Amino acid sequence: MRKSTVFLIYIFSNIIFLAALGAHSFYQKEVARPWLAEKREMVRRLDLTDLCLFTEASYTRHLTQADGHVAFQDHPVSLEHFPSGSLLRPSSTMNRTHARLD
Amino acid sequence: MPGWIDKQKNILDFTFSSILRRKGKNIALLLVYTLVVFLLASVMFLTYSIKREASTILKDSPDMIVQKISAGRHDPIPLSYLEKVIGIRGISSAKGRLWGYYYDPIIGANYTLMVPDHFSHGPGGIEIGQGVSRVRTTFPGDALDFRTWEGKVMNLEVKRVFSPESELVSSDLVLVSGEDFRALFGGSKDHVTDLVLRVRNPKEIPTIAVKIAELLPDTRIILREEILRTYDAVFSWRGGILILILAGAVLAFIILAWDKASGLSQEERKEIGILKAIGWETSDVLLMKFWEGMAVSLSAFLAGIILAYIHVFFFSSSLFEPVLKGWAVLYPQFRLVPFIDASQVVALFFLTVVPYTVATLIPSWRAATVDPDSVMRA
Repeated sequence: MRKSTVFLIYIFSNIIFLAALGAHSFYQKEVARPWLAEKREMVRRLDLTDLCLFTEASYTRHLTQADGHVAFQDHPVSLEHFPSGSLLRPSSTMNRTHARLD
Repeated sequence: MPGWIDKQKNILDFTFSSILRRKGKNIALLLVYTLVVFLLASVMFLTYSIKREASTILKDSPDMIVQKISAGRHDPIPLSYLEKVIGIRGISSAKGRLWGYYYDPIIGANYTLMVPDHFSHGPGGIEIGQGVSRVRTTFPGDALDFRTWEGKVMNLEVKRVFSPESELVSSDLVLVSGEDFRALFGGSKDHVTDLVLRVRNPKEIPTIAVKIAELLPDTRIILREEILRTYDAVFSWRGGILILILAGAVLAFIILAWDKASGLSQEERKEIGILKAIGWETSDVLLMKFWEGMAVSLSAFLAGIILAYIHVFFFSSSLFEPVLKGWAVLYPQFRLVPFIDASQVVALFFLTVVPYTVATLIPSWRAATVDPDSVMRA
């Protein structure tokens, strides 16, 4: 088989695979609709405010509910020491501005 | 048209023969390129789907949370505050919320204990999340022991385990009755953890928040809009380790493109000289180099995107797990809904495939426009 044919088959099979993943994404979104509704209902019923992404510290578990001194709340010399601190920005409630400058 | 296709296929055949002559270098290039696209796309898929899921799920979170702040810290709020707040016009419902953290010394994990409005199991029963069930290997009918504020052991029976699908919000959750919560943590019956308010007209939320702040100056008000904004900012590309991953990937890509754009090897220049000498037009040489750039970049882009999708949505971002997990003992095992932002994929295509292909063309164009004799002798 010609090299160009092998290449074109590779590219087209990838595109077909990518389209199949697109279909998978669409299908999964439909499948997940009741699960999303279940989670939404749970949030409404229990008045939840946060996702359970990081459970290592209280202020990473409930990002929106943490107080304004979270990085220091566990110990007076405790700087931000949990690895998830490197993934997150401080809660938006800590960054209130008087005017939008950007 | 068939003539044009044949010409492209002939040039492609020649291009692949040329690529395969430098097999080692090109395979290494393809692997690094694929890895760069894979990393960028994995981060993109993961962050976007978490943000989308958060914005969908948290739409029904409370309009307002009122916390009492004492000496800069969150303190239990007296129920008398609730009576003051409830009189404000526009508030449709207001109630106290009882919740807190429990450190389990047996496994070293923190649980979120919460008292729901209506708890059908009554004192002695609990409902737990999948994460708690997993780390304590506990199922409905089993008992979990807790240590109260007085140091006594308290056995609570598991009545229900939340579904695995709800793990993103409930993994570490333990629902208890109000009586058991007070028995565990002590505290006055006149205090709750915070107040939860729902407002009739969302447009009135800022006005009501100002009124509460004036009425109760020692409180902090958290609006739903701020909750949603926090999760929109989570995993922001500007934040923490993500910028390091992105910067590393982008720098690697710049080095790749720079290496291509900065010039051709002696062998490649000689090849162009020979092709010109045997009658190839400059446009044919450029077409060959275009296909060379396309072959490498398009193959890497498609493979990188596909692998990233499989990594994030089939294997739950297992390569990022050590970073995401951190020091957490109780880690939620959730499978994200594959929300894909097509515009991000298109942007990634234009940021990776196009610059590389253009970078391949420029030095070739320079070599192809010089006299073949001088190129071959150089």
